[in-house]
Amino acid sequence: MRPLLLLHFIAAAAFAQHSFTPVDIADGGRLYRANCTICHNAKGDGIAGIDLFHNKFRRAKDDDDIVAIIRSGIPGTAMPPNNFNDFQALTIVGYLRSMAAATATTTSGGDPARGKAIYDGKGGCASCHRIRGAGSRSGPDLSDVGNLRLDGEIEKSITDPDAEVLGQNRHFRAVTKEGATITGTLLNEDKYAVQILDSSDRLVSLKRASLRDAAIIEKSPMPSYKDKLTQAELADLVAYLVSQKGVEQKGVELR
Amino acid sequence: MKRAIPAIALIACTASAQITFDRIVNANKEPQNWITYSGTPLGQRHSLLTQITPANVKNLELQWIFQAQSLEKFEATPLVVDGVLYTVQAPNDVVAMDAATGRVFWVYNYAPSPDARTCCGRVNRGLAILGDTLFMGTIDGHLVAVDAKSGHPIWNTTVAKGEAGYSLMHAPLVVKDKVLVGTAGGEFGIRGFIAAYDARTGKEAWKFYTIPGPGEPGHETWAGDSWQHGGASVWVTGSYDEKLNLTYWGIGNPGPDWNSDVREGTNLYSDCVVALDADTGKLKWYFQFSPHDDFDYDSVQVPVLADMEWKARDGKTGMRRVMLWANRNGFYYVLDRVTGEFLQGKPFAKVTWTTGLDDSGHPVRVADAKPSREGTLVFPGVQGATNWFSPSYSPHTGLFYINTWENYSSVFNKLPAEYVEGRRYTAGTPRSPVPSLRGTQVINRTEDEGYGAVRAFDPKTGVRKWEFKMTDVTSAGVLTTASDLLFTGGREGYFWALDARTGNELWRANLGGDIASGPMTYTVNGRQYIAVAGGNSLFTFALRQ
Repeated sequence: MRPLLLLHFIAAAAFAQHSFTPVDIADGGRLYRANCTICHNAKGDGIAGIDLFHNKFRRAKDDDDIVAIIRSGIPGTAMPPNNFNDFQALTIVGYLRSMAAATATTTSGGDPARGKAIYDGKGGCASCHRIRGAGSRSGPDLSDVGNLRLDGEIEKSITDPDAEVLGQNRHFRAVTKEGATITGTLLNEDKYAVQILDSSDRLVSLKRASLRDAAIIEKSPMPSYKDKLTQAELADLVAYLVSQKGVEQKGVELR
Repeated sequence: MKRAIPAIALIACTASAQITFDRIVNANKEPQNWITYSGTPLGQRHSLLTQITPANVKNLELQWIFQAQSLEKFEATPLVVDGVLYTVQAPNDVVAMDAATGRVFWVYNYAPSPDARTCCGRVNRGLAILGDTLFMGTIDGHLVAVDAKSGHPIWNTTVAKGEAGYSLMHAPLVVKDKVLVGTAGGEFGIRGFIAAYDARTGKEAWKFYTIPGPGEPGHETWAGDSWQHGGASVWVTGSYDEKLNLTYWGIGNPGPDWNSDVREGTNLYSDCVVALDADTGKLKWYFQFSPHDDFDYDSVQVPVLADMEWKARDGKTGMRRVMLWANRNGFYYVLDRVTGEFLQGKPFAKVTWTTGLDDSGHPVRVADAKPSREGTLVFPGVQGATNWFSPSYSPHTGLFYINTWENYSSVFNKLPAEYVEGRRYTAGTPRSPVPSLRGTQVINRTEDEGYGAVRAFDPKTGVRKWEFKMTDVTSAGVLTTASDLLFTGGREGYFWALDARTGNELWRANLGGDIASGPMTYTVNGRQYIAVAGGNSLFTFALRQ
């Protein structure tokens, strides 16, 4: 084991830090949100002494060390081994490296309580979105958006909803052979059927053979709030949404 | 008494004979068994069994499931010998079970070194057998012989250093009294080789480096010292022609994968098929599909050997011993397997890295289609237009079947390359809309971003005869039978039976997980079974009784 450890240190010294494409970072972000936020949270500071989005690590010296830790875990701690290959792990590093810059927003210092009032009132957000069981299911559920998305990303989604529609939030429109139109959120698809949450909140599998026409709606159905909210209102709304951390996970001890 | 009769028959059967090499080369004489990775040493993955037909395949039903105690991909193709099924539970546990019921006889647990390094999963693709001995390559670079009756190890040979990135993924190939394996690990800067070991002792008999050393022909195709870490792995089992006594192997990509600046030259024998004398390992001929590869277009396919009427360039027609090859680089090739002569080549999926093949079969590169700092969009993507999963050739239909990734691209970027033992040596992170390995159970992309399909080709003309489209891509192999059935699967989790002549769907089952293995078929007590691994389990089907 000793020679191996030595090699790691040599490599750390010899390897330049990696550069990442936007595609890498987006992929890494998806992996991070799906696998890492339960302990490290959406801001990367869920574990005492570690701030992943500000390059503060306990053990890792460089990108390759982080990759090794992501893949192999840290024995004796809550950090488990993960089933990523090297370049998947590297995209997560790319995401972490990009986050220090990406957390920047045009607004700051919003008040979550005032933001809730905008969410419920002027914004009319609940007519499409849902938080902890209240509101509509036609748009993405925002109960844990504060864990999944960062301030800057939430702000961008409010002011420019078409800029990024995540795959899991794509809308779908189908016309049956009888002429009925069905719309909803596209959940999954295969050779024979598409699985959607339709506009009546039903989970349905539509058989392709029964459809005359079927297509993904590329643009977000959400209007831009860029000119509908003041900067202060926007800051409040972002602050409210950032505070949405989801339902507490009982039985998971975070250390 | 009635119940005792089949039991006695089975005992008589299993006690019967050892697997001689004569049985292996004549595997088609006992289609009830499946005694090599691809069914026979010809690599056709075609069975002569005909009990299940296009007319009755709709009556297939599940017989038994073996749930592996592993969450790795289940890529192994089982062997079946006289009623006993052998397979590998990832990474390297050999399991013997009753092929009719799935009841386990024994499990040989092999614990690979924790220092083993694998690029794409701690997986294994299957076993070989000779006599009463099974052979398995391990992810930490060992070749292990295991008693087929007791599951006890007989010998364990170190083929190469696992901690340096060498691993063995594929099912070994038995030729005469030797066991042949090639090393994986091209993403870790290995120098690949194929080696033969004495089946009784595990002692090395010969070794062929897939990158020539100083003084050997082809060494000049690697700039400087790049040959020392140039990869050229072996990921799947080779084939064997008894008459020519040649064994054929597909060789993987040169390394570092995506930064070729450090390895000027054509980089022999990366991305080649090599024909080796099976007794000595001496090179008889080679053909390079993708010289100076920038895209990880391994020749990571089972060489499919067939004999067919062929019209030569001089207009004369005669029987020809050919090799069929649908390559990861997007082209379908036919080679003369006696000489390695290029007979034909055509793209079988969208290709943008080359404008086509010249008369000798070499690709004409598109100048700016290569990895760049900011990334370059190239078709096919990094996983190729096809990959390690087995194609099939049916002498009955005369068609060649390929599982294809269509409309599939990657953005290839280039990073600095520096070799450190045991670390990845790939110098890039190509990105694609399609996950290289199974991602989530949900598909979040469109057909324009890549889809999977089974495609049937006339091997003589390269003309496509039919296509069966999937929504997701596929890492499943293809099995055909002499009753003109085709079995395959995909990431959607479906396992299909198609009409091999038309591509029409005849039957399907949802196995609920990625099918990333080659289907196979066998008979026990007169009943034909179809087996395929999907998700983390092995599924077995037979006709309703």
